[in-house]
Amino acid sequence: MADKPRKLPQEVFAPWEDPEAKPLIQFRNVTKRFGEFTAIDDLTLDIYEREFFALLGPSGCGKTTMMRMLAGFEAPTEGQILLDGQNIAPVPPNLRPVNMMFQSYALFPHLSIWDNIAFGLKRDKLPKDKIAARVEEMLRLTRLEKFARRKPHQISGGQRQRVALARSLAKAPKLLLLDEPLGALDRKLREDTQFELMDIQEKTGTTFVIVTHDQEEAMTVASRIAVMNHGKIVQVDTPARIYEAPANAYVADFIGDVNLIEGTATRTGEDRCSVRFAEAADPITAECTADLSDGIAVTYAIRPEKILVTADRPADRANALEGQIIDIGYLGNISTYHVELPGGQMIKAAMTNSTRLDRRDFTWDDRVWLSWRETAGVVLTE
Amino acid sequence: MRRVSWFNLTSLTFGFAFLYLPMVVLVVYSFNSNKLVTVWAGFSTKWYGELFRNEAFLDAAWVTLRVALLSSTMATVLGTMAAYVLVRGGKFFGRTLFSGTLYAPLVMPDVILGLSLLLLFISIGLDRGMVTIVLAHTTFAMSYVAVVVSSRLVSFDRALEEAALDLGCTPLDAFRSVTLPIIAPAVISGWLLGFTLSLDDLVIASFTSGPSSTTLPIKIFSAVRLGVSPEINALSSILIGIVTVGVLTFSISSKRAIMKRMREENRAET
Ligand SMILES: Nc1ncnc2c1ncn2[C@@H]1O[C@H](COP(=O)(O)OP(=O)(O)O)[C@@H](O)[C@H]1O
Ligand SMILES: [Mg+2]
Repeated sequence: MADKPRKLPQEVFAPWEDPEAKPLIQFRNVTKRFGEFTAIDDLTLDIYEREFFALLGPSGCGKTTMMRMLAGFEAPTEGQILLDGQNIAPVPPNLRPVNMMFQSYALFPHLSIWDNIAFGLKRDKLPKDKIAARVEEMLRLTRLEKFARRKPHQISGGQRQRVALARSLAKAPKLLLLDEPLGALDRKLREDTQFELMDIQEKTGTTFVIVTHDQEEAMTVASRIAVMNHGKIVQVDTPARIYEAPANAYVADFIGDVNLIEGTATRTGEDRCSVRFAEAADPITAECTADLSDGIAVTYAIRPEKILVTADRPADRANALEGQIIDIGYLGNISTYHVELPGGQMIKAAMTNSTRLDRRDFTWDDRVWLSWRETAGVVLTE
Repeated sequence: MRRVSWFNLTSLTFGFAFLYLPMVVLVVYSFNSNKLVTVWAGFSTKWYGELFRNEAFLDAAWVTLRVALLSSTMATVLGTMAAYVLVRGGKFFGRTLFSGTLYAPLVMPDVILGLSLLLLFISIGLDRGMVTIVLAHTTFAMSYVAVVVSSRLVSFDRALEEAALDLGCTPLDAFRSVTLPIIAPAVISGWLLGFTLSLDDLVIASFTSGPSSTTLPIKIFSAVRLGVSPEINALSSILIGIVTVGVLTFSISSKRAIMKRMREENRAET
């Protein structure tokens, strides 16, 4: 991690900062191989109670495999998974206090919505009226009362997704696994459902682990995000810190838009250094950690929205570089300027369109100044 | 509506004639009052009456029915289990061999199958009778059931079973409450297939039947060798009637189910 964790006030939910807190789930050096192929590679991870934990990574990086190991459909090749301090390897899926919402929803086509939700409760041999009450509660929670008597093929995709959620929530599991739960929904419905999920999680106090390959979704819902690549966890942190303080260039590039500038670092102060990336351009001044050695190759990462585009050189900014606008991308609320610096380095800068398009200050081939603060970007050594 | 061309009409007529003319002739002659099958002497239902007084035929019919019910039911249970293991069992020792041998009775000539079963029953000292016919029919009907059911299981979403396990089912529970209801149409088709195969099997039954247990096809075949009788015509007409009613009910009810489902889906969309 780039800098030290700050002490947070008591009411903020952050059990991972508390050395006393006992994790609900612990992955201890878990490796999972399918034949020769290593899907999960020596992974160690703690997830705490009441967390909304997101697994984020490209397709094939092992997210579903982790979920399936938690649900009990795959066993680790090496290492242990502990739930509440107990090794869960010998516990079959039907005896785990874990429920999973499947990527494909996996609703039972021969049962009505009502019976789908009641399915797990009936296995617990609960009395009939208890089951009915719980199902009604779940139907209310997911706003499906009107569809209780229908079969899964008679409702829309969004409704099916809610049925799958209601079914997995009905047994009030300790841990709920959501495997790309919103993948099939269009944007609007997706956003609504994300907030619905967060609401449900708050009401029920269940621990959620959600798999997604959509970084915006992870940022919206999660208390913490684990960014994965090739069966390893690259960084685990809160959404804000993943975004503002990525551990390396992979994370920075994976989450959001970023400029990655390669150069060499020279120490200039106690926690200051300068990054030289081209002969023709001034070096960049940045914050960096104390253990950085001189002359080391680094990647400087800075988000486009942190860069100010102006016609004249601003006086009060640590970094200011002149360049030429090569391209402008108009996205409605913002415009992205692609600016070429001396030496050929391209920089993306995003500016809010506070004025109408026809009143814009800059156009193609204009010479502009790009400027940002010392603390706006991070120096990455990996 | 498009007009039917002469060519289509002709091929349709010939096709149907080819298929059904023999049966029509058979049914018509079953109402012939003459003892000589091919000489028409007026309408009569007396051969049907004769038939129901013929103990030998009634016995054979009763044996056939019991054999078909028993063997198709056993074949359905065994065939479904075999299909499940083959599709879901993952890799196990001898899997390829097992699936190969399971399908062998489908391509094996009936004569060879019958002969080998006969030899087996003799060598283990099992007296030929209804039991041996049931066993023999179960053997080959099971292969048909396995084929039908496994082709359904291949397209069955595994996640449904996992969801059932996840919600607290034991594997057996999951099979009973999720897998079986969903693959039920295939299992029923397999059962029907086994039932009809057993009903009309002549070759294997004649190898494995004993003097005390003759099935209807054997009875008809041996009776016909002594000359076609109007009674046989009547019996065959009844069989045709039963099959026709069965096929019609089956196709009408499945069509109804499809229509109902389509209506429901339309309603769900609006
Ligand atoms: N049962 C399996 N047999 C062989 N390979 C598998 C199996 N399940 C997953 N894999 C492989 O493991 C890797 C991780 O898969 P998965 O966990 O599904 O990735 P994702 O992050 O997209 O959910 C993939 O490369 C996949 O091909
Ligand atoms: Mg996946």
